[in-house]
Amino acid sequence: MTNSWTDIKNTDLAIVMGGNAAEAHPCGFKWVTEAKAKRGAKLIVVDPRFTRTASVADYYAPIRPGSDIAFLMGVINWCIANGKVQWEYVKNYTNASFLVKEGFGWSDGLFNGYDAEKRVYDTADWDYQLGEDGFALTDPTLSDPRCVWALLKDHVAIYTPDFVENTCGTPKDRFLKICEMIGECAAPDRVMTSMYALGWTQHSKGAQNIRGMAMLQLILGNIGLRGGGVNALRGHSNIQGLTDLGLMSNLIPGYLNIPVDKEVDFETYMSTRGNAPLRPNQTSYWQNYRKFIVSFLKAMWGDAATAENDWAYHYLPKLDVPSYDILRTFEMMAKGEVNLYFCQGFNPLLSFPNRAKLTEALSKLKLLVVMDPLQTETAHFWENHGVFNDVDPAAIQTEVLELPTTCFAEDEGALVNSGRWLQWHWAGATPPGQARRDCWIMANIFLRLRDLYRVEGGKFPDPILNLTWDYADPYEPSPEELAKEMNGRALAPLYDATDPTKLVLDAGKQLKNFSQLKDDGSTMCGCWIFSGCWTEEGNMMARRDNTDPDDTGAYLNWAFAWPLNRRILYNRASADIHGKAWDPTRKLIEWDGAKWAGYDVPDIGVTSKPEDVMPFIMTNEGVGKLFARKGLKDGPFPTHMEPFESPIDNPLNAAIRGNPVARVFPDDLAQMATSAEFPLVGTSYRLTEHFHYWTKHNKVNAALQPEFFVEISEELAAEKGIAKGGQVRIWSKRGQIWAKAVVTKRIKPMICAGKTVHVVGMPIHWGFMGAAQKGFGPNSLTPFVGDANIETPEFKAFLCNIEPVEKGPLA
Amino acid sequence: MTIDLSRRSFLKLAGAGVAATSLGAMGFGAAEAAEVAHVRAFKLATMTETRNTCTYCSVACGIILYAKGDLKAGETAELVHVEGDADHPTNRGTLCPKGAAIKDFALSATRAVKPRYRAPGGAAWQDISWDQAFDKIARAIKDDRDANLIETNDQGQVVNRWKTAGFLAASGTTNETAWTTYKVVRSLGMVAFDNQARV
Amino acid sequence: MTTRAPEPTTAAANPPVQPMEVNLLPSDVVRASAMPNLPAPDRQLTKVAKLIDVSKCIGCKACQSACIEWNDTQPELGVNVGVYENPHDLTPDMFTLMRFTEYENPQTGDFEWLIRKDGCMHCEDPGCLKACPAPGAIVQYSNGIVDFIHENCIGCGYCVTGCPFDIPRVSKVDHKSYKCTLCSDRVAVGQGPACAKACPTQCISFGPKDEMLAHAEDRIADLKARGYENAGIYDPQGVGGTHVIYVLHHADQPSLYAGLPDDPQISPLVQGWKGPAKTVGLAALGLAAAGAVLHGLLSRPNRVQPEDEMQAQALVNGGAEDRA
Repeated sequence: MTNSWTDIKNTDLAIVMGGNAAEAHPCGFKWVTEAKAKRGAKLIVVDPRFTRTASVADYYAPIRPGSDIAFLMGVINWCIANGKVQWEYVKNYTNASFLVKEGFGWSDGLFNGYDAEKRVYDTADWDYQLGEDGFALTDPTLSDPRCVWALLKDHVAIYTPDFVENTCGTPKDRFLKICEMIGECAAPDRVMTSMYALGWTQHSKGAQNIRGMAMLQLILGNIGLRGGGVNALRGHSNIQGLTDLGLMSNLIPGYLNIPVDKEVDFETYMSTRGNAPLRPNQTSYWQNYRKFIVSFLKAMWGDAATAENDWAYHYLPKLDVPSYDILRTFEMMAKGEVNLYFCQGFNPLLSFPNRAKLTEALSKLKLLVVMDPLQTETAHFWENHGVFNDVDPAAIQTEVLELPTTCFAEDEGALVNSGRWLQWHWAGATPPGQARRDCWIMANIFLRLRDLYRVEGGKFPDPILNLTWDYADPYEPSPEELAKEMNGRALAPLYDATDPTKLVLDAGKQLKNFSQLKDDGSTMCGCWIFSGCWTEEGNMMARRDNTDPDDTGAYLNWAFAWPLNRRILYNRASADIHGKAWDPTRKLIEWDGAKWAGYDVPDIGVTSKPEDVMPFIMTNEGVGKLFARKGLKDGPFPTHMEPFESPIDNPLNAAIRGNPVARVFPDDLAQMATSAEFPLVGTSYRLTEHFHYWTKHNKVNAALQPEFFVEISEELAAEKGIAKGGQVRIWSKRGQIWAKAVVTKRIKPMICAGKTVHVVGMPIHWGFMGAAQKGFGPNSLTPFVGDANIETPEFKAFLCNIEPVEKGPLA
Repeated sequence: MTIDLSRRSFLKLAGAGVAATSLGAMGFGAAEAAEVAHVRAFKLATMTETRNTCTYCSVACGIILYAKGDLKAGETAELVHVEGDADHPTNRGTLCPKGAAIKDFALSATRAVKPRYRAPGGAAWQDISWDQAFDKIARAIKDDRDANLIETNDQGQVVNRWKTAGFLAASGTTNETAWTTYKVVRSLGMVAFDNQARV
Repeated sequence: MTTRAPEPTTAAANPPVQPMEVNLLPSDVVRASAMPNLPAPDRQLTKVAKLIDVSKCIGCKACQSACIEWNDTQPELGVNVGVYENPHDLTPDMFTLMRFTEYENPQTGDFEWLIRKDGCMHCEDPGCLKACPAPGAIVQYSNGIVDFIHENCIGCGYCVTGCPFDIPRVSKVDHKSYKCTLCSDRVAVGQGPACAKACPTQCISFGPKDEMLAHAEDRIADLKARGYENAGIYDPQGVGGTHVIYVLHHADQPSLYAGLPDDPQISPLVQGWKGPAKTVGLAALGLAAAGAVLHGLLSRPNRVQPEDEMQAQALVNGGAEDRA
């Protein structure tokens, strides 16, 4: 989230699209009801189903799964056509005025430079025209036909209300009403917030869905303001933290990245990470990259990381592909190329697409190690549970270890919430049986392995032998020790940059924050963005002062938010070019003639002059990007793409299937269906009664929603002869499942491209372990393809079929 | 009105009827009243409170664990109840249907409670000690990494990449667990590393 | 906006863990079943109410979950029968239930998903208490809470037929009748009910009834501003008003909300049959034994003969058409 949960109370209009906040995040959604009750705010819901969020919305519109880009570009087109633009914001704080290279273009649903063979774009021309000084050329009048604004206007012109109705199935009058409601928020004193979740990410073009909203929010001038922003409602209690800490194939903590093969040494690696500003005076904060990475390498390998050995840069693995994401890994596993697999609190058998392929892949492992507080389906994948897990144990040669871990109540430490708050919690219960903390388990594995390398030698043991492991009890590092490591400390006395005689921090002391990081090896820091969380003043994450001066929703003394305890990102944009709040009732920070100050930690150098330094300090431009220069593989603007499995052809170009640059493995492509064979659109989602595959182990939640079901319209039920509560079989080209039928008025058939489109809604929460009735999940049906940029599986739009069954396998 | 039926029914309940009316007729003292109209004892009195965070979604509601026994004092602590933390700025004491029943997640009958091993082709679990499990894992990692770590690629570039093992990390664990995991996994050169950010 | 009612403070404090004084005493009982001659209490507690603002309800079932946890009940694992209600009805182990109604509004043409938390209404004039023949099995405190005292319950089920809202449920296991207690044990120590504390959108609030009514008026003003002309309070006077009140978007049609009675009344038959009982009881006074024995009688699991139960049922059913 750019903002925080508590900040949502400041909004005038909440749009929930690509999510279902009331159902998946009820206590966060409270702040929408608060805004409605206290400010008279309105709530819009756009969703294929009339959800529980929709039940309290002021306005609802249906949309066909996978058509969000068309809708969002349609709204932008309407806003531009109707003058609903926050002009001062757009001119000063976005790249609207930047001139783009002549080569950039778009036609027939594709951008320039498409290579159909390799399924990639050549992005060389997706860039600004640069002047001789190296800075981007701009036209502040926005009249140059190559300026971003002109290109954007052209790009969205095709997304007329008729196009939207025809593509999204959203009735035109409903679409236009929503445009009007959104358009009001272009006024400087009206602010909209966007709340989205996996309804936008789980598509083969998920990143572009979100860009669409980010662009709209920039055009409305709603980013950086109280009650505004683009707010990703993250799904798990610490998914933000694990992402921040880079537990992904290609990441290093703090959104640094793992090098690729051709970055043969540290200086080569750094050569593309200089991040020089693209406009005069701009911050371009990533210029500090070297400080972050060197301090990280020092945290990892301590004295073994020296200037002479490139800070042990060669200890890091190098990537030969963009990432070994879960889809690639299970593809490799299914081909017998993976031998060992570890699942720590993760149940891939129910989480990843195409379950038949997952079972096949797990069956080819030599050893599967599952650490979990629960007995998961993954740990039990080899067990026969009849139709619910129809395998032959004797034929599965995989060894499996099931290791019991503690859960929240039995462990201490910090979690990062969706609003980037790091909150500390304490253990209050004794673990059951032999369950142990994950840290203890990881430490024991590591120490035994290190001993083996010490005794036996082996391949490249250096990164293992030299890994920093100086904990008081090496077998059980304490949460305090680990948190301090992430915050970072001085390894040598640190002196003031302007006065070398002035000692800032003595060696061994905790860093105050990341502004003290050095690139000469004199600081260590596990995760630069967390720096400030455990300083010499103690554990900032454990702070519990819930006072909130003037009820802004900031709560600056509650826990710690990264970065620097800042609660609203880009908050400098809450003020105009001269540093005055756009809306005095929403003041966040203001320029007092000498410095920035206010209710939040300024997201700008505190003495940076407002007319000189622009708000988006992490970009090279200093401004928000309506045109994403080279940032995304599938285009600098979002363009409508159909799901890989779609009921209609791409209206922009019938030859384009799915996202033209998404990676698809050949076997998976062969398993993709056409609407002739499978006419119905399946979509997956959560229910409020359950959390993923966890709460089905809980007898209370199991009682509240006991059994797997699918939701269909009364029209589809009538067509297929399906009775309410009856059993149905649903199948796709990849598998089949059985479910109870919930026949509802909350799903209605839609008309798209002249065709009636039926949606089958499938909640995700059932499996064959736990306290609930045994059941299935949509992942038995879903296609094995991900987003072109980050490989999020396309769970939200796929093709299937349904039929009633006389006697199904369900309870 | 068929009052007879009503009268007959109540006649058969004379025992209870007697008690009530006789109490009333004898004068209804406080002691007797206490027998009749007591409020259930407040079940959290004398519990130990611990501040925690809900383990489910990323709203990160503040919760209070109520336990019999104090972990900090070295006692066994048995979780009895969980309630929203009213001091928490985000949830202000509220909880969703999952959070409100979170105690029964911790107390689930299908918690994993001991290390178990399943042999190739096996139809059942076998108990295994932690020591045996760690030895098995360390040996498996060492053997596979030594066999399959790619130190240089075809062009002779140093890549130190281990592709035949993968690790999925848990988004329900703490930053501290995540950092421990990160350190170990990366030091091995493992590249198939992921978490639930996308699912 | 103009002056507002004070904010409901349902979740403003955490339950204490120290032993504490209970502020809901036996002497605060103003009415008890089959005990007509209760002495007048020496104080009047503030009348309380739970306000359920249906327009803020997201149907999440947090109230059900919190209710199960607080009361340590064990609702059984059911199946899906094509609806969102689970369990499918109130049970002796589920004191509150979200009921979902799909409604196509003929005036606006819009679809509405009406979700109502069902459960005991805590009537000012409780039909269950009037119908109950077991002395002290149902009591009402001067703050309005109607509580079942299970030690005294004989499981006859008359409370069920006496209730105009069809709320109490008799357990087949221990033959006692169960329903929402409005968390009298929490209220007794200054806490709101568990459901109100948990409710994510604070659609459920709890406090003095006059404050709840004032808060409801604010909510109704907001709903009217959003086009719900018939928004209003549900506090039915046919049962003397209730201590669980609703804000409804369509207060002119309560029955839209999964059959919430438009004008609930206690069956006149239930009103009637208490007279003879009193007479019988008084007549039997001569047989009364000492207090300890009485207590033994009270706590003995008593059963109604099946034929009487059937006849009583027929009697009440016969009067059912008198009810709205």
